[in-house]
Amino acid sequence: MAKKNFKVVNQPVKKLDALPLALGKPLFVADFKPADALYAKLLWSPHAHAIIKSIDISAAEKMPGVHCVLYHGNVPRIAHTTAGQGFPEPSPYDTFMFDRKVRYVGDRVAAVAAETPEIAEAAVKAIKVEYERLEPVLSIEAALKEGSPVIHDEPEARAVIPVPYEPKKNIAARVGMDVGNVEQAMAGAPYKLDNSYYIHMAQHCPIEPHVTMAHVNAEGRLVIRTSTQVPFHARRIAAQTMDIPVQQVRVIKPRIGGGFGAKQEVLLEDVVGMLAWRSRRPVLLMYTREEEFVSSRTRHPERIRVRLAADPEGTLTAVGLDCISNTGAYGAHALTVVCNSGSKVLPLYRAPNVHFTGTAVYTNLPVGGAYRGYGATQAAFAVESAVDELAEQIGVDPLVLRSNHHIRSGETSPVFAALGEGKAGVEQAIGSCGLDKCIRLGAKAIGWKKRGDWRKKKGRYRRGIGMCCLMQGSSIPEIDMGAASLKMNEDGSFNLLMGATDLGTGSDTVLAQIAAEAIGTTSDKILVYSSDTDMTPFDVGAYASSTTYLTGNAVLDAGLKIKKQILGVAAEMMEKKPADLEIRDAQVFARDGSGSVTFQDVALHSLYAANQFQIAAISSHISHKSPPPFAAHFAEVEVDTETGLIRVVKYVAATDCGTAIHPKLAEGQVEGAVMNGICYALTEQYLFNSAGRMLNDSFLHYKIYSMRDKPEMVTILVPTYEKTGPFGAKSVSEIGINGPCPAIANAIYNAVGVRLREAPFTPEKIWRGLQQHNA
Amino acid sequence: MKKITFTLNGESRTVAVAPHEVLLDVLRDKLGVKSPKVGCERGDCGACTILLDGKPVRSCLILAVEVEGQEITTLEGVGRDGPTPLQESFIRHNAFQCGFCAPGIVLAATALLEKNPKPTAHEVQEAISGNLCRCTGYEAIIESAVEAGRQGTARARKPAARKSANR
Repeated sequence: MAKKNFKVVNQPVKKLDALPLALGKPLFVADFKPADALYAKLLWSPHAHAIIKSIDISAAEKMPGVHCVLYHGNVPRIAHTTAGQGFPEPSPYDTFMFDRKVRYVGDRVAAVAAETPEIAEAAVKAIKVEYERLEPVLSIEAALKEGSPVIHDEPEARAVIPVPYEPKKNIAARVGMDVGNVEQAMAGAPYKLDNSYYIHMAQHCPIEPHVTMAHVNAEGRLVIRTSTQVPFHARRIAAQTMDIPVQQVRVIKPRIGGGFGAKQEVLLEDVVGMLAWRSRRPVLLMYTREEEFVSSRTRHPERIRVRLAADPEGTLTAVGLDCISNTGAYGAHALTVVCNSGSKVLPLYRAPNVHFTGTAVYTNLPVGGAYRGYGATQAAFAVESAVDELAEQIGVDPLVLRSNHHIRSGETSPVFAALGEGKAGVEQAIGSCGLDKCIRLGAKAIGWKKRGDWRKKKGRYRRGIGMCCLMQGSSIPEIDMGAASLKMNEDGSFNLLMGATDLGTGSDTVLAQIAAEAIGTTSDKILVYSSDTDMTPFDVGAYASSTTYLTGNAVLDAGLKIKKQILGVAAEMMEKKPADLEIRDAQVFARDGSGSVTFQDVALHSLYAANQFQIAAISSHISHKSPPPFAAHFAEVEVDTETGLIRVVKYVAATDCGTAIHPKLAEGQVEGAVMNGICYALTEQYLFNSAGRMLNDSFLHYKIYSMRDKPEMVTILVPTYEKTGPFGAKSVSEIGINGPCPAIANAIYNAVGVRLREAPFTPEKIWRGLQQHNA
Repeated sequence: MKKITFTLNGESRTVAVAPHEVLLDVLRDKLGVKSPKVGCERGDCGACTILLDGKPVRSCLILAVEVEGQEITTLEGVGRDGPTPLQESFIRHNAFQCGFCAPGIVLAATALLEKNPKPTAHEVQEAISGNLCRCTGYEAIIESAVEAGRQGTARARKPAARKSANR
């Protein structure tokens, strides 16, 4: 692939916020709390499904130190979605700031703002609520049963784009596609399988829980500082929900303490905004960790049926995928997550017959949302497990089966055109694809050749190796837009303003590198200010693996415009034609060697000397493609056959993300995603009692990995060049989380012959599987 | 309310606290020290880690009245005269993504290096295992701490000599 001679891009420059973060500087929302801020607390529903018969806030309102109490009786009733998506949102309008009905344990009932957290807490307790309890619906199966209680019976619930929406049947979304005929292909196939998989609910666990602060400024406008991935959507949806004009709201995102999709949700902005609006005091609301687990967002659990068929030569003839996701009490991201279960997984393998259905159902459980991987994580587990199972049936190495069928550069898939996000997709041919090399290098790093059959393994501790292949996308084509503006300062530095949202990924740094490379300077000359709806151009925000690819292209274009302006000024100064000049290291040189001027000279000239103007540019970018990054993951595990305990010995992730703009940060994205994926596969799970209450809402009982749990990890970047990306880049942030579930499931099978089709892979499940073997 | 006096980042501080007040809240809300973060308020995540008489502890599990007469160090006190060699190492490795866990991790690593100036990767993993990070997968954090030790930093809390000379 084209290897370019980059100066700033593809180099490990210093992350822009590395110094202040290492020094512990105040950078996060709660660090900016003014002394006169009120503390907000929410009253949560103790019931999974109930009607609020009466609510009495008078005692709470009368408490000294209480400034505002909100509930359904004193706020606008505006149906909306909390999903931070483009307008009009593909998620149904089924949510209110407060409602007369509660739909899960942890649903909002009322909010209080008071002088101290203690007063707020006491006021919340003083609110008297009488509930009429309804039968809760606590599983996908219960939701779809004939005569099941209807969770969204309010008349306002509706889809705002033309998609199927049947709340009376507890169906929040439905989507599907067919190419050829999977049933027919299955009927005559010598090799086939028809299996069901289940993948579980999980929480993002950003170490900073959701936090929002709002105040009304001197001009009477509402300023919201919030830990969000979507400042512009937050402004729009908060204004909509509060029923005030968008221009009255300014949203600012400072540094945020992790998001992973949880903060692609407009969760607190409306209620904190309303408390500040009514009380005319600054208001701070921070979720507790318990609230983050219960009343934030989760990964949609999915029950997935996979059908695969192969002809006598072992060539894949059919892939069928039926996904039913549990969106919980509200339909945030319901349609698009289940869509992505098809669109980000099915194109990976060529097959003449393809079938997909996706259904999202309401239940009285915590709400699903965007979570890194976004549906692909769920379906990749099912399909990549099934591919291993089919390979065994055929009697072929699962690595070879994958290598023989995966999509390649220049090829397309009918799935791209069929499945979009709330509408038809966008046809695309694959540009760059380094998956072959990912498979080759990953297999070597894990020692694939030494992998033996589980039937030959002996002893208490048995090791196994498993793999999977993955793809994702880079932005949502023909929907996502990002913009950037650049201006030159008199010392030759540049301000880069973007709506794009760095949630810790380092996108501010990556985008500064792109700007510097485009202009011909160094990244430390780029002063980045991002994510402020008053000050920066629009951007959809940090989701759908979009920022580097989408906003990166806008930055690149703005950088090239700046470069042209600099050359124009320099030409005037040097009395040359722009074409006779070139830029190197923040200087403009005459190609004939007759002279040079520095960027500072150019800036001073443009601002003070003659024909003055501001060297500046603004560019927008809409993506027309969503080039997939590809990856091959390999896990080696050790299973204790007596206890079922499993240990990941080594994990190898080989990823093709095009040009890694910042290789170290790209590796960091892969490592973080893989680590999250490993504990998702093994230790993370929601436990509920029979009334739908979460039982393990703390890090003590919901286990994410600490440093000591970390297996040996090998991260390999396989460079390719994606022509449509800025300097050849594709996305990298999400793909890594999709691998551990299938790779580990396949490794467990290879170790002990136990096929786990339900995640997470707890010792108990493995032990039970082993007992069945022995019986 | 009870008046307590303790040393905070080398300076004597006196503050009136109620018996139920947690040290983390007193530091953040009454003393303007913002580097200890609120992550779980029950000792699970380590984001509120401070050094109490040199030992890393969770400030969300300590009542403010307990620290009378003791010495508290937060990250504000460690990087005050410029980044320490350990902090330089974290910066060089781009070890933090969102960085919300950074104050706790830097302090836990600082305490480790004072006790054990050349830790192995395993020793780092054991010593900092109480600090959760969801972004990084820990690789770069471990590497940073090990490398800072390998480069021989006599006292982890002192700023790098090069930096002090500039001042």
